[in-house]
Amino acid sequence: MIELVSASRCINCNLCVNVCPTNVFDADSNAPPRITRQSDCQTCFMCELYCPVDALYVAPESDIQTPVNEAKLAETGLLGSYRENIGWGYKRTSTAKKDETFQLLKQMK
Amino acid sequence: MVKTLTADFDINLEADVLVIGGGPAGTWAAWRAASSGASVILVDKGYCGTAGCAAASGNGVWYVPEEAEARYKAITSRESLGGFLANRQWMERVLEQTYANVNLLAEWGYPFPTDDEGKPYRRSLQGPEYMRLMRKQIKRFGVQILDHSPALELLVDNDGGVGGARGVNRQTGKPWSVRSRSVIIATGGCAFLSKALGCNVLTGDGYLMAQEAGAEMSGMEFSNAYGISPAFSSVTKGLMYTWATFTYEDKTPIPGASSYGRSAIAKTLLENQSVYAILDKAAPSMYSSMRLAQPNFFLPFDRAGIDPFTQHFPITLRLEGTVRGTGGIRIVDDTCATSVRGLYAAGDAATRELICGGFTGGGSHNAAWAISSGYWSGEAAATYARSLGNKGQRHLRGAGEAVLKPKKEQSCLAVDEVIKAVQAEVFPYDRNYFRTERGLSESLEILQSLWKEIRNSPVEENQLIRAREAAAMVATARWMYSSALERRETRGMHKHLDYPEQDANQQHYLISGGLDRVWVRTQSLNNGKSKVLNSNLKIGEAA
Repeated sequence: MIELVSASRCINCNLCVNVCPTNVFDADSNAPPRITRQSDCQTCFMCELYCPVDALYVAPESDIQTPVNEAKLAETGLLGSYRENIGWGYKRTSTAKKDETFQLLKQMK
Repeated sequence: MVKTLTADFDINLEADVLVIGGGPAGTWAAWRAASSGASVILVDKGYCGTAGCAAASGNGVWYVPEEAEARYKAITSRESLGGFLANRQWMERVLEQTYANVNLLAEWGYPFPTDDEGKPYRRSLQGPEYMRLMRKQIKRFGVQILDHSPALELLVDNDGGVGGARGVNRQTGKPWSVRSRSVIIATGGCAFLSKALGCNVLTGDGYLMAQEAGAEMSGMEFSNAYGISPAFSSVTKGLMYTWATFTYEDKTPIPGASSYGRSAIAKTLLENQSVYAILDKAAPSMYSSMRLAQPNFFLPFDRAGIDPFTQHFPITLRLEGTVRGTGGIRIVDDTCATSVRGLYAAGDAATRELICGGFTGGGSHNAAWAISSGYWSGEAAATYARSLGNKGQRHLRGAGEAVLKPKKEQSCLAVDEVIKAVQAEVFPYDRNYFRTERGLSESLEILQSLWKEIRNSPVEENQLIRAREAAAMVATARWMYSSALERRETRGMHKHLDYPEQDANQQHYLISGGLDRVWVRTQSLNNGKSKVLNSNLKIGEAA
């Protein structure tokens, strides 16, 4: 479930407000978006992928709220980890190119 | 900073073709219609590019080279699983269209990987990448996209033909209406807000709208797909569980439990015992391939501090309903037309029995169906729009019936209570996974009273969208269980404990519909109006 919009990282671009498929955010004038409908979050992690500054954190727990510590998330590299894994962002290459599903299907034969 | 809110648009728009839903099927439909020269508007309840199960999840694709033997194998391999309700001609044309369209994706710039032999590998699509590309592609072709714009009802003319839809922008609260010559429903299936990955936008809205306009459903008994996920997580991706051992809490294996043996898992969960999984059948040499194939599968584990290869983790089964079931809006010919003039259905919103029968998993056939049915419906909707010529403005009225009377009253419907009540009938494994006549009948009584309650209830204006979702879920559950009652056998994913065998006399489709009174009728496999359904192929002949 979405747990964090980092005020220190957020650049108020409101992309997350726009791309969230279940509309959990509300835009605020000249301030980071607010998480106004947290229970509607479907834990799909899509907002993180579109956030250009890794200011969002979706906790893995989909049904309950989980307190998070921003400093710790940053330290452990979890802020923006999905975007990095997918290869989205400045000077990165989409990892779809490295999709090794074919290796797995070979193992299944 | 540039504000990207897409809130500002004319609230009364016109187009040749309106597409409702912006997942794979909707975007393929929009692209095909636009590339045929039609003006196209696509509305999405969320954001076209992130909404729907494909964007969040990614999937394999039923992409098979143009070789007779490979195609034959692909066609016959799942016929038995599907209970011999699929149609070989439909499978053939889906394979052909999917092959062509996936190759187009490569042309458009999807970064397909290459395999060991240096050949492009096109049987897997990563969701975010795929749907970002589809959005870009339809915009390139001039499709106007309205995000965060759920449709509330279809518009119909005096002769019952469909002529657009109206809805509301959920971020601004502004109503919108689109007059169009044809409409494609691509709103996905219904997973009842179970939080299966990417599925919470899929609440059967399109089913309800189509029904209100007079369309029919097919195969709604095939609506009890459950996905495996870590108990704490939304990620219902099944492939990696191929290498899992499923155990009780004491780490002893559960007999018969596997990715393909979910019944044993469901039975254990029903006994109020926790089920654990560990991916201990994967060789360490595979770990990196697994991570590269499905980064999102590992995301919840990495964040929860669990190593799924060496640690047991609790799992559950989340309802995926008709999203990975095969029931949906009945289509009557090979253009994916419904029984309502000007109305088409594509992707998970339409029945997938024609290529899957009564069983499907995630992706693969569903992904191929979305691509193909989207393409065909887009083409046909554009052709139909052209055929109407310049007839001038039709008189249109809203076809919607349920909960469309917003009122500012104190005694308004408790929408969330209704949703919880529907979930209580469709989530339990002993109601939906394993079905019994008694269980289905008891649920139907409750669902019928829920329908009466929600049917004419006033709702607060800010609850209108959620109330329509709730009404759609109640209606969907009723078609599901009414159809399930009529299928007195076990076939495909429909497991009927009172009738555990497949019955040769019930190798037919179940068509259903109705709002206040739900009806179900049988239709023989070869008795459709459509050319294709009249196929001479003997279905069920396969090994």
